[in-house]
Order: sequence, then C-alpha cells, then structure tokens
Amino acid sequence: MSELTERKVKVYPRFERFWHWTQMALIFVLLFTGLGLNGLHGLVPFGPAVMLHTIAALALIVLWVFAIFWHFTTGTWVHYVPSTNGLWQVAKFYTYGIFKGEHHPYRKAYWRKHNPLQALTYLALKLILFPAIWISGLIYLTYNFWETTPDASFWLQVVANLHILAAYAIAAFVVAHVYLLTVGHSFREHVRPMITGYDTVALTPEEVAYLEADEPARIKP
Amino acid sequence: MRHICSRFVALALTALVAWAGPAAAQEAESAADQSTAGQSTADHSKFEILQKEFTSGPEVTAACLTCHTEASDQMMHSIHWKWEYDNPATGQLLGKKNVINAFCGNVVSNEARCTSCHTGYGWDDMSSPPPADPARVDCLVCHDTSGQYTKLATGAGHPPMEPKGTTITGEPAWAVDLAKSAQSVGLPGRENCGQCHFYGGGGDNVKHGDLSSALYEPDRSVDVHMASDGLNFQCSTCHVSDKHVFAGSRYNVTAHDTEGTGLPGMRRDVATCESCHGNEPHPVNIKGMKLNDHTDKVACQTCHIPEFARGGVATKTKWDWSTAGKLTADGQPMSIEGYTQSDGKELHTYLSIKGDFEWGENVVPYYSWFDGQVEYTTGDQTIDPSQVVEVNKIFGEAGDGVSRIWPFKRMIGRQAYDSELNRLVYSHVWGPTTDTAFWTNFDWAKAIDAGMKAAGAEYSGKFGFVDTHMYWPITHMVAPAEDALECDACHAREGRLANLAGFYMPGRDPMGPGGILGLAILALAIVGVAGHAAIRLFTGRKGGTHE
Repeated sequence: MSELTERKVKVYPRFERFWHWTQMALIFVLLFTGLGLNGLHGLVPFGPAVMLHTIAALALIVLWVFAIFWHFTTGTWVHYVPSTNGLWQVAKFYTYGIFKGEHHPYRKAYWRKHNPLQALTYLALKLILFPAIWISGLIYLTYNFWETTPDASFWLQVVANLHILAAYAIAAFVVAHVYLLTVGHSFREHVRPMITGYDTVALTPEEVAYLEADEPARIKP
Repeated sequence: MRHICSRFVALALTALVAWAGPAAAQEAESAADQSTAGQSTADHSKFEILQKEFTSGPEVTAACLTCHTEASDQMMHSIHWKWEYDNPATGQLLGKKNVINAFCGNVVSNEARCTSCHTGYGWDDMSSPPPADPARVDCLVCHDTSGQYTKLATGAGHPPMEPKGTTITGEPAWAVDLAKSAQSVGLPGRENCGQCHFYGGGGDNVKHGDLSSALYEPDRSVDVHMASDGLNFQCSTCHVSDKHVFAGSRYNVTAHDTEGTGLPGMRRDVATCESCHGNEPHPVNIKGMKLNDHTDKVACQTCHIPEFARGGVATKTKWDWSTAGKLTADGQPMSIEGYTQSDGKELHTYLSIKGDFEWGENVVPYYSWFDGQVEYTTGDQTIDPSQVVEVNKIFGEAGDGVSRIWPFKRMIGRQAYDSELNRLVYSHVWGPTTDTAFWTNFDWAKAIDAGMKAAGAEYSGKFGFVDTHMYWPITHMVAPAEDALECDACHAREGRLANLAGFYMPGRDPMGPGGILGLAILALAIVGVAGHAAIRLFTGRKGGTHE
C-alpha cells in the first residue's frame, strides 16, 4: 500500500450534494406530514398536511427527474452498478467484525465511492422503493381520474397501503443510513464530504497524475 | 299550544308565485332587490277592484283571478295545493296528505288544524280532494307584502277576521285587513314562506332544524345567502318556479346535480347549489382542486353546513309520544319547561298533549350516503317493532356511483303503532269538540281508533309505542366559506364520518395491512440499530476505521 497517497478528492459534485440535501429535506417533510395524515400525530391539521405533502412530493419528483438525467448524462450511474466483489466482506464486517474492532474492509476509490453493500442498498432504493412510493403516490393523488373503474375504492385502499408500506420502508432506510454514519469515522467526518464535496481518498500515482492533468478541479493540491 | 302541521315538503320552502331569480350567484344581489312590490309595473293599490271591504279570503282571490286568470289553475297543479306526491321512482303515493311522520303524525282526522297552512281556504277533510273552486286558493299567504296577513291556527286556512284565537305562528290573532293585503301584493318574501315553513311541526324550527325564524333577518354567519346585510336572498332566489310549481323536493331529492349551471340563462328545474355554483366551485389551486375532487362524493351541504339550528332557534331532536297524557292531580294538562334556548327563552320538554321532548341548537348533522330517494313507512307497511323504525328510509350507498354523503337531521321519535298488525297508526290528536281527540281527552285508545277510522285503515285495536327515526336533509343555513368544515372533521379516526362503511377514506382508516407491516419494518430497523449500537458500546469498539 505504500505507493498509495491520500489526497482530498471531490467525490460529490455540486448537483449531487444539492440533490442529496434537498431530497433529505423533502423526505423529512413527506414522512412528517405522511405520519400525521395517518393519524400518528396531529401536529399539522389534515388539510394543510395534504397540501404540504402534495407540494413536497411533486417537488421531489421533479428533483428525481433531474437527478436521473444527471446520472445518465454524467455517467455517474456506474457507481450504483451492483457488484458481489467484496460484498460478503462488508456484510461480515457490519454483523461481526465491527464488534471485534476490525477495520472496514472497503477502500473508497474516486471512481467507486460506495462500498458494495452501500451500492446495492442505494440501487434497491432507487429501483424499488423510490419508484414504489412515487408511482403509488401519483396513482393515489390522481384517484379522481380512475375512480369510476370497478371497485375503485378497494383499489384505492390497496394503493394507499402500498404507499404507506413503501414510506415506512424508506423511513427504515433513513434510520439505518443515519446510524451507519456513526460507524467508522466520526459522524462529522462522514457527513462532511456531502457538504464540501471532498473526501480523503487513497490514490495510486497514476490516478494522481490523471486527476492533476485532466481533472485538476477535482483534486486538492 | 302552538301546533302547526305544516308539512309542505316536495317544493321546499317558498310560496306560490312564479318569480324569476337569476341563476348566476354573482347576480344574486340584484335578484334580491327585485323581490319588493315596488319594482313592479303594476301598483295594486290603484286597482279599483281591490278598493273595497273584503270579508273573506276567497273574495280577494276572486278579485285576483279577474286579471290573473290562470293563477288558481297553476296553483292547483302544485304540491303546495295537492299535498300529494306520486313518486315515480318508488311508486309510493306521498305528500302531507298521505304520509305519517315523527311529529304530529298525520293530517287525516286533524284537518282544520293542519290545513291552517294549506295554500287554500277550507280544506277540512283529507278523504276529499282540496276544494275545486278557484277562489279557494289563498293568494295572499304568499303574495301579501303588508306584513299583517296571517292564517288562523285552527281555521283550515282562513285568516282571522277578528282578534280571537291564535295564528299559525302561535301569536294571538288579530283582525286581518284584507283590502290592505290585496293592495300590497308582490313577489313572495321570506316572511311569506317562513310563516308556514319555519313553524312546521308545531313551533319555530321544530321540524326541519335548518328552517327557523332566524332566517327572517339572518346575519352572515347564520346564512351566507340570506344575510339581510349581505346577499339578502329570498327563498325563491334558489327555489325557482315555473307556473307556480317550485323546485326543491324532499321526497325526490336532486342529491347529485351533475348538470351544474347548465347553458347560459337559467335553470328553472332545480334548487341545487350546483345550479349556481357549478360542479367545480372551488378555485383552481392545489387545495381547490382537491376540494373539487370531493364534489362527486360529498354534497356541498356536508362541509358548508357544519351545524344546523344556528342563529339562536333550537330544533326538536326527540319526541316521545309514549309519555303523553300525564295530568296534574286535579286532572289538568301540564307543561314542563326544561330547555333554555341560547336567547334565554324556556322551551317545553314535557307536554301532557305531546309527551317528552329534547331540543338542540347548533346540532352536528347525521351523515349518510344518499341517492335522493326516500321510502316512507306509510300506514300500509309492516314494521319490525323490535327495531328502530325508519319513518322515511333514505337510500344510497358508497359504491353505487350516484350517491353522495349528505347531512341530515335525524329526528328520534317514539310513536304509536298497531301492535298486532305491526303498522304505524294514524291518530286523532286535534279536535276540541270531539270526545276522541287525544289533546282534549288524553285517551290513546280512542284517539288511535278515531284516526284509523278517518284514514280508512285496518286496525286491530291493540297499540304500543315504537322507536322511530326520521331523516330531514339539511340544505339551508349555508355558512360562509371560512366556517366550512376543515378536512380533519371527517379525515380523522373518530371524525364525523367514522360510522360510514363501504369505502376507503384517508386519515380515517390508517391501520391497514400496509401501515401495520410498515410500522413493523420501521420498528425492526430501530431495534436492529439500537441493538447494533448497544453491542458496539458493550464491546467497547467504536467500529473499525479505514486504516
């Protein structure tokens, strides 16, 4: 490992950070109002909660459309291509090794910023949970366009239950996601890259040479 | 002892004359101005034929008919005159003449009292049709604008010609000046309609709950349309008419008006909210669009009439006839005033002649799916006395594609029935000179026997009392928009629609399988994370770092 040097590299470009934090805020608004709409708290009256929930949801869908476009046009989507390489080791670390004081088995690369478990989780989130929540949500929201179909009230109930189920699953993700920020580095160190964009990444001399020559803005001197 | 069997129903609250109220809501203000006699091109005080001493109502009508040649004929085709409604949807023959209700019961055998509010003079026998003589139509009750015309409480529709007796609104009678009334005629105002329709069931707001003397001069919070300092609607602004036949029926309700405002001009067939406000009345923004999404399933009245019996006049909510007849030690009828209205007025909660009562002000309606159809438990229907009998069963359910959720006054009753044949009975309550009328003799056996004979109905001779419900659609006393119900009045677990079944409603039915499973997943995540953190703390490891 001696040939590797640790350098500050930009791993989260400005749009990705904007996307992440805006999404976080909107998801919190949605979870908060959604829980209220389901009677778990009464902090916002039903009417305003519906409006807030609807506006936040529409904003989030717009954001997702931009994010999807961004992922494909910048090639960033490759970060989420699943890989079994190292997956088992990471899983083993979280369920066992961590308690023995072992080191995290994954080494972040500037071209592969997520560990295999992370990548798989985010991929599942993007391909299953997010589509589930916004497709069910749009069907729910547009009830009046299909309410004349047979058994519409029953199907509305099905859609509502799927929507709620997906919402709770996303809430569960948020719990695990935030908790894992406390694993390894300090919470603050984990969060910082998503604010500044820069993370400490071990680079080979070739990578350093490439970044300095071709993408000088991404690497700090 | 005010008692007005005013059961004008199918044509709702307004009176006799055809009057053109513009359909568009925004034109309502000018519509209200037109309702005064002063707008007319004819000054009836200048008509010679009206400048004489009249000694009876029919004399006045005869004079009216010399110019208004078709008026009586038109009136005689209306439910205001016939008190009969042949329901094309259910085949039932309804109308005040035929039905039994949860209030004074029935017109037959109590004629001169109940027909005091008939739009005619001298209909004193329900077994015959109303009088055929055109001069027996009462023009003045609807068209008088002098304010001093009234009808005697027990005069089969005739006005008091001397200060003796009681009027239909329960006041001591005065001698009506018929010439003055005849010269004052104009379009019907709230006072004309109100003196019968506000006092149905024997007193102010007793029957409907949403029609009371509070609507003579209401402020905006009581009725946004009729507010005397606002739009100042008359009854006929909404209850449009055609040839003296008025829109608005409680027997065959337009519970879902999908036509809306219709084409430019005026609809003359309905008194619905939609006929002025359209089917998408809320503004086009995110909230308004969501509210507009509701109009196909929720009647306007459900949100916009949050409570009825507003404006300081209580309505009777319960009438138990079974306790009637208790007399004082010296054999005199009595009354107990046990309810204090918000204006301080004491209202009776027991009358020997009528039994026990409960009253309510600002009453939260009873809600039900409603397709506009009502089936009456008429005297020929068999009832199940072990159940609460629905005096008028309302039809409609969640999935039928036509019903909407409507507000009702649900009148709780306990009334007489034939305990062998299991049918509601007719009873003879009013009759000061008979030895069978309940209100003078306090003997149910005689009163029911006489009522059944008058109705020509089969009767076993045995009677009991049965619990009843009667439903009155709530559609008046529309509140200003800012007082409409908030979403969570219904979208809540214990909200106003908690008891309506057969449909899914967000906020009301939260703990479905999705919610339970989802909560379990979330709980597992939290427990898992907490356990993971606990083991880390216990083993003293912060967790590995990248080296």
